[in-house]
Amino acid sequence: MIPASFDYVRPGSLAEACQELAADEDAKVIAGGQSLLPLLRLRLAYPTKLVDVARLPELAGVHDRGDHVFIGAMTTHDEVMRSGVVAAGAPLLALATAMVADPAVRHRGTFGGSLAHADPAGDLPAVVLALEGVLVARSAQGEREIPAADFFVDYLESSLRQGEVLVGVKIPKLGDGWGFHYEKFHRTAQAWAIVGVAAAVRRSNGSIQEARIGLTNMGTTPVRARAAETALEGLELGDGLRQACEEAAADTSPPADLHAQPDYRRHLARVLTHRAVRTAAGAP
Amino acid sequence: MPRISVKVDGIAYEEDVEPRLLLVHLLRERLGKTGTPAGCDTSNCGACTVMLDGKTVKSCSVLAVQADGSDIVTIEGLAANGSLHPMQRAFHEEHALQCGFCTPGMVMAAIDLVRDTPDPSEEAIREGLEGNLCRCTGYCNIVRAVKRGAQEMGQAVKSS
Amino acid sequence: MTEVGKARRRKEDARLLTGRTRWTDNLQQPGMLHVAFLRSPMAHARITGVDVSAARELPGVVAVFAGQDVAGEQGSLPCAWPVSDDIVIPEHPPMAVTEVRYTGEIVACVVATDRFKAADALEAIEVDYEPLPPVIDLETALSPDSPKVHETGNQAFSVKITSGDLDAAFRDAPVVIDRTYVQQRLIGAAMEPRAVLVSTDGDTFTMWTSTQIPHVLRVMLAMVTGVPEHQLRVIAPDVGGGFGTKLQVTAEEVLCLLLCRKLGKPVKWAESRTEGNLAVHQGRGQLQHIRLAADSDGRIRGLQVDLLADMGAYLMLVTPGVPMLGATMFNGIYKMDAYEFACKGVFTTKMPTDAYRGAGRPEATFAIERIMDELAAELRLDPIEVRRRNWIKHEEFPYTTIAGLTYDSGNYEAATDKALQLFGYDKLRAEQADRRDRGDPVQLGIGVSTFTEMCGLAPSRMLGEANYGAGGWEHASVRMLPTGKVEVVTGTSPHGQGHVTSWSQIAADALGVPFEDVTVVHGDTAISHKGMDTYGSRSLVVGGVAVLQACEKVREKARKLAAHLLECSPDDLDFADGAFKVKGTDSQTTIQELALAAFAAHNLPEGAEARLDSDATFDPVNYSFPHGTHLTAVEVDTETGHVKIRSYVAVDDVGKVVNPLIVEGQVHGGIAQGIGQALYEEAVYDAEGNLLTATLADYLLPSAADLPDFVTDRTETPATSNPLGAKGVGEAGTIASTPAVVNAIVDALRPHGVRDVPMPCTPERVWRALEGGRA
Repeated sequence: MIPASFDYVRPGSLAEACQELAADEDAKVIAGGQSLLPLLRLRLAYPTKLVDVARLPELAGVHDRGDHVFIGAMTTHDEVMRSGVVAAGAPLLALATAMVADPAVRHRGTFGGSLAHADPAGDLPAVVLALEGVLVARSAQGEREIPAADFFVDYLESSLRQGEVLVGVKIPKLGDGWGFHYEKFHRTAQAWAIVGVAAAVRRSNGSIQEARIGLTNMGTTPVRARAAETALEGLELGDGLRQACEEAAADTSPPADLHAQPDYRRHLARVLTHRAVRTAAGAP
Repeated sequence: MPRISVKVDGIAYEEDVEPRLLLVHLLRERLGKTGTPAGCDTSNCGACTVMLDGKTVKSCSVLAVQADGSDIVTIEGLAANGSLHPMQRAFHEEHALQCGFCTPGMVMAAIDLVRDTPDPSEEAIREGLEGNLCRCTGYCNIVRAVKRGAQEMGQAVKSS
Repeated sequence: MTEVGKARRRKEDARLLTGRTRWTDNLQQPGMLHVAFLRSPMAHARITGVDVSAARELPGVVAVFAGQDVAGEQGSLPCAWPVSDDIVIPEHPPMAVTEVRYTGEIVACVVATDRFKAADALEAIEVDYEPLPPVIDLETALSPDSPKVHETGNQAFSVKITSGDLDAAFRDAPVVIDRTYVQQRLIGAAMEPRAVLVSTDGDTFTMWTSTQIPHVLRVMLAMVTGVPEHQLRVIAPDVGGGFGTKLQVTAEEVLCLLLCRKLGKPVKWAESRTEGNLAVHQGRGQLQHIRLAADSDGRIRGLQVDLLADMGAYLMLVTPGVPMLGATMFNGIYKMDAYEFACKGVFTTKMPTDAYRGAGRPEATFAIERIMDELAAELRLDPIEVRRRNWIKHEEFPYTTIAGLTYDSGNYEAATDKALQLFGYDKLRAEQADRRDRGDPVQLGIGVSTFTEMCGLAPSRMLGEANYGAGGWEHASVRMLPTGKVEVVTGTSPHGQGHVTSWSQIAADALGVPFEDVTVVHGDTAISHKGMDTYGSRSLVVGGVAVLQACEKVREKARKLAAHLLECSPDDLDFADGAFKVKGTDSQTTIQELALAAFAAHNLPEGAEARLDSDATFDPVNYSFPHGTHLTAVEVDTETGHVKIRSYVAVDDVGKVVNPLIVEGQVHGGIAQGIGQALYEEAVYDAEGNLLTATLADYLLPSAADLPDFVTDRTETPATSNPLGAKGVGEAGTIASTPAVVNAIVDALRPHGVRDVPMPCTPERVWRALEGGRA
């Protein structure tokens, strides 16, 4: 199918991009376009103008900044997967990114783009939420840091304001003793996750000190499985894990769609959380 | 209307394009490169896969304006001096195509896969091709062809 | 015979591998205009107004028409298979005029200078709809108070076939199994979306279209539109897969022809995938109620089949015939005393159904192969053993089944034994027992399908008895070129099956010429003037035989000419390796020399024509009956419901094989599509009749990552109904694999109280079946 007409600009600087976006509320950022172009082709979106930020140097690159890894918004999934800095500082992100879409899409799709798209079925929002990433946005008014917990507002809606561009994301490094895993459950390799679970777990002396769990496709935004995290805290590795993970779907409102009903999604969240936590914690 | 320059299969083009023109439309309808077909609206099928600056992309999910300044290789640009690329030859030898509609994308994806993983396992091949759908072959012979193509590409590198 | 049986690499490949393709959407004509169709967003509604005035004003728009504008000239899309006396064939306007009956039905069309402008103009057309109630469910559609799809009601036809004494078979039967299975609707999803290009020089029209049936289409278009047949040429250029979905006379083809005629300019329409999911005819769509009566040793006494077949909104080319292709197949490979097949065709407000790979036979095979497993479970017998006790034994062929077909040949024992060995059946059963004992959350299931099918469509006489509107013959002609090269013109219309290669092999052997010296021409009614095209696994069994027979006629003409030139009797000539040799002498002449001699025509036998060219039309005397045994092992994650196919073994008996490489490829692809039905695919309509699976993001096709390698092998029991001994292979894999996979899933979960999982067996459905079993 064929998109409806729109204008296109490729600003030479981030400031210019912010201006373009501030001037037209129906303008939209295009990064890799891997989420946006199918929507345009199906005529599910009608932006007046696309502001292409893919080549802005301010949005490029992966940087080791001591206590965190800074990933420029326009870093492609493929670059994230292959980055030594990400592998060392945010290995959960590298693992999950390798499960996003397929190689050709990963060559174009960007880290920032998939977060700004705010699709709760996307894999990376839940991962960034679990890793307590901080999203950095720039506008004519300056720079703003948005914790992931405040970034995802609703289905396909982030807290980015008109005229703001996502510049990059700070992913705090997990220190020693942390293990991690991402469990993605889907019907075919190409299909979106029915449910995904991102888990990061800090162990010491055979028990779990801290757990951070982000859930994919369990609501209109990615969500933290807070009740399960609390139940896991201080728990010895063993039979109790499964019991604690029974809390994984607490306070979630998973969607009903073609591929699953809410009760099945809740069930999956429990099973997959147990699997993710078990793997993350290195438990048998 | 933005003007773009692209190189496609070694030939440089300058074109004025509507912003909404997809790369696959540019190739097929403006440049006559109909070797690259389009099979879906949602970037699932992968039939339109081409190399953009050396990496596979689905040309239905790239705007022509986004490709400005890039070097594109399609299925039509693979065979050199009249002899097939080793991966094309492997697809022929292993009967890895039937109707042939997915083949251009499948071959491009396979070459990219082998450049990345020179000696791929069956599992790596299957996962590496997850973005390319074929309705005819059940993939068995495609997997065999990619294995054979990988060997021949490896030998081609060694001998060059 | 040196070529037939050889794994020749395909002649078709080089072009396809280098992008030098001729898909319809690649083609251009000078001054070509582009067509876009506006489709109904409602499943059922009265059209109370269509305003195209704004669209007509848009830049680049040449013409806009609504159904009303062409009501007098568009005709009605044909149904060629009125299966019963009570059949109701409603008017089927290519463009809806007063009422829409499925989501995706065409209500208006735009012709513009490019496809972008055409697409834009669709959004400027205003259609007023007065909603009518949708009709979705097959059972409620037949209740008297159901809303009606057509004024005549929702029953399209009813058929009942009985054989033997069913009451006696069920009376006091020690075992009666009663099951209901749903054959979900499927979208064929050939990789090439449809496209149509029509041009005219004022007198004649040429249509390029992505079709399996250029010949049938030409006849039907002439009948529907009134364009005289001799002024209509239909070309199927490269066609990117069909699987039955391109065995159709489509609204888009008729409308493009009309638009070209109205405007006098070439027009092209290219489908988007989303359009295709909505408006390419769908496959399957049956509610099957099956009852089987057996003795306590597992011997089948009788089988009763009661079907509701979802026709969708209209009857298209062979819509009502699809369930009838299964009418004589529910008994499968088994002997029994009584059989009853009853079927009602039901109208619903959904896209019409029609042929899809297997067409009627996968549905029948699924039902019998599933219920055989249920019988085995009921009697605590091994599923292979219960089949052995019932199948037709090798020495019993030819065998006339309870359904009245005569299976000419088969060897179920040999195929099954080979499959069991390749599969490692006993070892897998041991692993299954072990996993059950351990309470492993991942359970192993083993599924079998010992299938047969009838294909090689078809003896014209039998088609006539079934009230089908055409014959089942196939045509070929062979042209001996002066330089000794050979052109084979076939009436089959390949779209991935490799006919160019296989027909070259047949001709090379029959004429004694090199494989490389043969070319095969097809898919153009101006060049290949007679044909019945490609579907129903018929091409080799009927069309390949026609090629062979045409070659034999060439050879006989050549023999006469050789005898004349060598001054001997035709009977004194031996033919081998392309040369006629006078028995007991060194005197000989080659077929190439004879081709040149015929061309020169300086010295021909009295009364002979100056050509060796010949043609043949072959009409088979019976269907052919490929069979096989497929075995699969699946791992079922009982915590999530996820199913993984671990191994798959297929031993097929397709009779004599012309090209084993191509045969294997057909089996591979067929298995994958059958697995698609078992695990992934379903065209889902909601209660309002909206299609929820309009894109490939929602209609899930398996990728390489979702499937295992398939182990394939063959047994070879030649067909006796044709001189090639071939049986056909296009549909076998699809027919066999669906029940094998579902049997495996149920086998894994039977100890958990599960005895069925509806298709597609999604993780959620497997999980719910387990929950139900626990309850």
